[in-house]
Amino acid sequence: MDAALLLARWQFGIVTVYHWLFVPITLGITWMVAIMETSWVRTKNPVYLRMTKFWGKLMLINFAIGVVTGIVQEFQFGMNWSTYSRFVGDIFGAPLAIEALLAFFIESTFLGLWIFGWKKLSPTVHMLMIWLVAFGTMASAFWILVANSWMQYPVGYVFNPETGRAEMDNFLQIITSKMVWAQFPHTIAVGFATAGAVMLGVAAWHLARKNHLDVMRKSAAFASVALLAGSLGVAFTGHLLGQTMVQVQPMKMAAAEALWNTEQPASFSLFAVGDKKNSRNAVDVVIPRALSLLSCNNLDCEVQGINDLQAEMVAEHGPGDYIPNLFVTYWGFRLMVGSGMLMILIGGLGVWFYLRGKLDEHWWFLKLALWVGIAAAFLGNAMGWIFTEMGRQPWVVYEVLLTRGTNSPTVPAAWVTISLVGLSLLYGLLAIPAVYLFVKFAKAGPGDEEDNADVAASMVY
Amino acid sequence: MDQGILNLETLWFVLIGVLWTGFFFLEGFDFGVGILLPFIGKKDEDRRVMINTIGPTWDGNEVWLLTAGGAMFAAFPEWYATMFSGFYLALLLILFALIVRGVAFEYRSKNPTSEWRTMWDWAIFIGSFLPALLFGVAFGNLVRGLQIDAAGEYVGGFWALLNPYALVMGITSLVLFTLHGSLFLSLKAKGVVYDRAVSVAKPLSIATTVVLALAMIWSYALSEGGAVPGLLPIVAIALLGAVIWLVRSEMFGWAFALTGVTIATVMAAIFIATYPNVMTSTIDPDYSLTVFNASSSAMTLKIMSVVALIFVPIVLGYQTWSYWVFRKRIGREDVTTAAH
Repeated sequence: MDAALLLARWQFGIVTVYHWLFVPITLGITWMVAIMETSWVRTKNPVYLRMTKFWGKLMLINFAIGVVTGIVQEFQFGMNWSTYSRFVGDIFGAPLAIEALLAFFIESTFLGLWIFGWKKLSPTVHMLMIWLVAFGTMASAFWILVANSWMQYPVGYVFNPETGRAEMDNFLQIITSKMVWAQFPHTIAVGFATAGAVMLGVAAWHLARKNHLDVMRKSAAFASVALLAGSLGVAFTGHLLGQTMVQVQPMKMAAAEALWNTEQPASFSLFAVGDKKNSRNAVDVVIPRALSLLSCNNLDCEVQGINDLQAEMVAEHGPGDYIPNLFVTYWGFRLMVGSGMLMILIGGLGVWFYLRGKLDEHWWFLKLALWVGIAAAFLGNAMGWIFTEMGRQPWVVYEVLLTRGTNSPTVPAAWVTISLVGLSLLYGLLAIPAVYLFVKFAKAGPGDEEDNADVAASMVY
Repeated sequence: MDQGILNLETLWFVLIGVLWTGFFFLEGFDFGVGILLPFIGKKDEDRRVMINTIGPTWDGNEVWLLTAGGAMFAAFPEWYATMFSGFYLALLLILFALIVRGVAFEYRSKNPTSEWRTMWDWAIFIGSFLPALLFGVAFGNLVRGLQIDAAGEYVGGFWALLNPYALVMGITSLVLFTLHGSLFLSLKAKGVVYDRAVSVAKPLSIATTVVLALAMIWSYALSEGGAVPGLLPIVAIALLGAVIWLVRSEMFGWAFALTGVTIATVMAAIFIATYPNVMTSTIDPDYSLTVFNASSSAMTLKIMSVVALIFVPIVLGYQTWSYWVFRKRIGREDVTTAAH
C-alpha cells in the first residue's frame, strides 16, 4: 500500500472517530434538554429550569468540538480523496449539501437563539428553539447516513462509462434504501444511549456525594431511562442492521465472526485466534447454531464463510484479496456488542433502582455508572464505526470502487503527514480544555435558584 | 460549442457564487470583528462586548461556507475535487483557523483566568485573520488561472499559490472584511467599543479603497481574451469611495450596507470573469474545468435545484429573524453581570 494512501486512511480514521466522540452526545442530549425545558415551561417547577441550564451548559461545551471537527469531515473528501469524490460526487455530494442546507443552518441558527435568547424570547418560543436544534441534529444524522449507506450498499445509480463515474438514477431509492433505514435508527438510538450514559455518570458523581439531590435524582432517573431505552434500541436495530449486512455485505459479517467456511447451521464465535495463512482459526470457541439464529431468525440457515465469499469475489471482480482486516473486524464487533450489553445492564440497573426509589443508595452502582458506563459508551461508539468502515474494505464503495487509488493523486505523502500530525496534535490539544471545562462545570453542579434569576447572563460568551 | 446561459449548470454556478457571497458578506464581518479584537478590545469586558455582538449568529454565518462546499461537491464534483486537493495545505491552514476560532468563542468566557482568556483571544484573532487573508488568495488564483493538467488536476504545488496577484487579492479580502467588521461594530456596539470602531473605520475605509483599486486594476491587466470582468470592478471601487464619504458623514448603516454590496460586486466580477470556466488552466485552455465538463448529471442538478429553491429562502427567513431578535446594541453592562 503506498504511503500517501495509508496516511490518508489513518487520518480519516482518526478525525472521524474523534468527531464521533462528541456527536452522539449531541444527538441525544439536545432532545433531553428539550424535554427538560418543556417540563419547566409546562410545570414551572424550578428544578427543571436548573436541570435545563446545567445540562444545557454541558451540551454546549460538547457541541462546540462536534461542530468544528465537522468542517474537516466535509472538506477532507475533496482534499484527501479527490478521485473518490470525482467518482461518487454525483450521488454522494447531494446528501452532504442537503445536510448543510437543511440541518446545519437549523442547528447553528437556533442554537444561537437558544443560548442568547433567554430574555429576548418568550419561554415557549425559547423552548421551541432547542426542539428545532434537536430536530436539526437528527436531520444531520439522517443525511450523512444516506451518504454513508450508499457506500455500504450502492443503489439507485448507474455507471456512466463516458464520464467514468457513478451517476444518480433514482434519488428516492437512495434515501429509502434498507441500509439507510437500518443505520439511521441504529445511530439515533446510539445517541440516546450515549447521552444517557454520560448524564447518568455525571449525576452519579453528585449522588455519591449527596450534592444537589433534587436535580440529580431527577436527572439520573431520566438518564437511566434514556440509557436503557436507547441501548435496547441499539441492540434491536443492531440486530436488524446485522441481518441487512448478511444480505448486502456477507463478507463483513463473515469477517466479524471469523467464519472461514460456509456453515449450515452456523455457530456464533465467542473467542477465536485466526490463522490467515491457512484460512482457518487456530482456536475457536463457539455457540452452536447461534449465528444462524442471529442472521436469519432460525436455527438452521446457511451462513456464507470467508473462503467461499473470497472465491466469489475473485470470480466476479478479478484476482485480489477481498478479505477485510479480520483482527479489527472480529474484535471491533465484539467490543461494540460487549459495550452495548454493558450499557443495557447499567441502564437496566438504573431504572430498577429508580423504580424502587434507591437510585442513590448503592455506591457501587454510582461508581459503575460513572466509570464503566461512560467508557463503554465511548468505546462502543468508536468500535461501531471502525467495524463498519474497516469491515467494508478493501472497498470504499462496496463492490463498486476499491479504496486503493481513490486518494488524491496530487497530494503527496509529505502533505498528508503534515495534516495527519497537525490535526492529531490539534485534536489532542483541544481535548484538554474540552474535558477540563466539561469536568469543571459537571462538578460545579447546577446553580441555586438565585443564580437562575439571571439565566441570560450566565449563558452569553 | 455555445451552450448559452439558460441551463442548470449555469444556474448552479450562479448559486455557488451566491453561497460564497453570502458567506463572505456574513462571515466577513465576523472575521473583521475577530481581527479587530486585540485592537479595539483593550479590556476584557470590551472584548466580551465585541464577541457577543456576533455571538448568536457567527456559527450560522459559517454554515454558508459548509453549504458552498457541499454544493460544489454535489453540483461540480470535478471542481470540488481539483480545488480542495489542489489547495490542500492552504485549506488545512483555514481548517486549523476555523477550528480554534469556533472553540474559542464558546470556551473563552467559561473560565475567568486571564491566561485562559488571552489564549482564546489569540485563537480568535489568528482564526479570523488567516481565513480572511487566505480566501482572498484562493479566489485570486481562481481568477488568475492555475496549472491544471490534462487530467484536470492542479499540479502547481503550494508555493505557486502565493503569487503576487493572489496575495494582493488576499490583502484586499483581509482589509475589506476588517472594514466590514468595524462597521458592523459601529451598528451593534455602544460605549467604548463603538467609539473605537468608528475611529478605526475612518482610516480603514481609505486604505481598503486603495488596496481594492490596486487589485481591481491588476485584474484588468490580467484578463486577456475571454475573461473580461466588465465594469463591475470599477463599480466596486466607486462603492468603496462612497463608503469613505458615508463613514465621514457618520452614516454607518449605509456604509455597512455598501461594504456588503462591494463584497457582492467583487464576487460577481470574479464569477462573471471566469465563466464558463470554474478553474482556468494556464497550461492549456483546453484543460480548463468549465461549468459543463465539471458538473454533475442533469438529474442531480435538478434535484438539488428543487431543494435549494425551497430551502434557501427559508434559511434566509429564519436567519434574518435571528438578526432581528438580536438587533439591540451591546455594551459593557450586558456582559458584566455574568459570573462566568
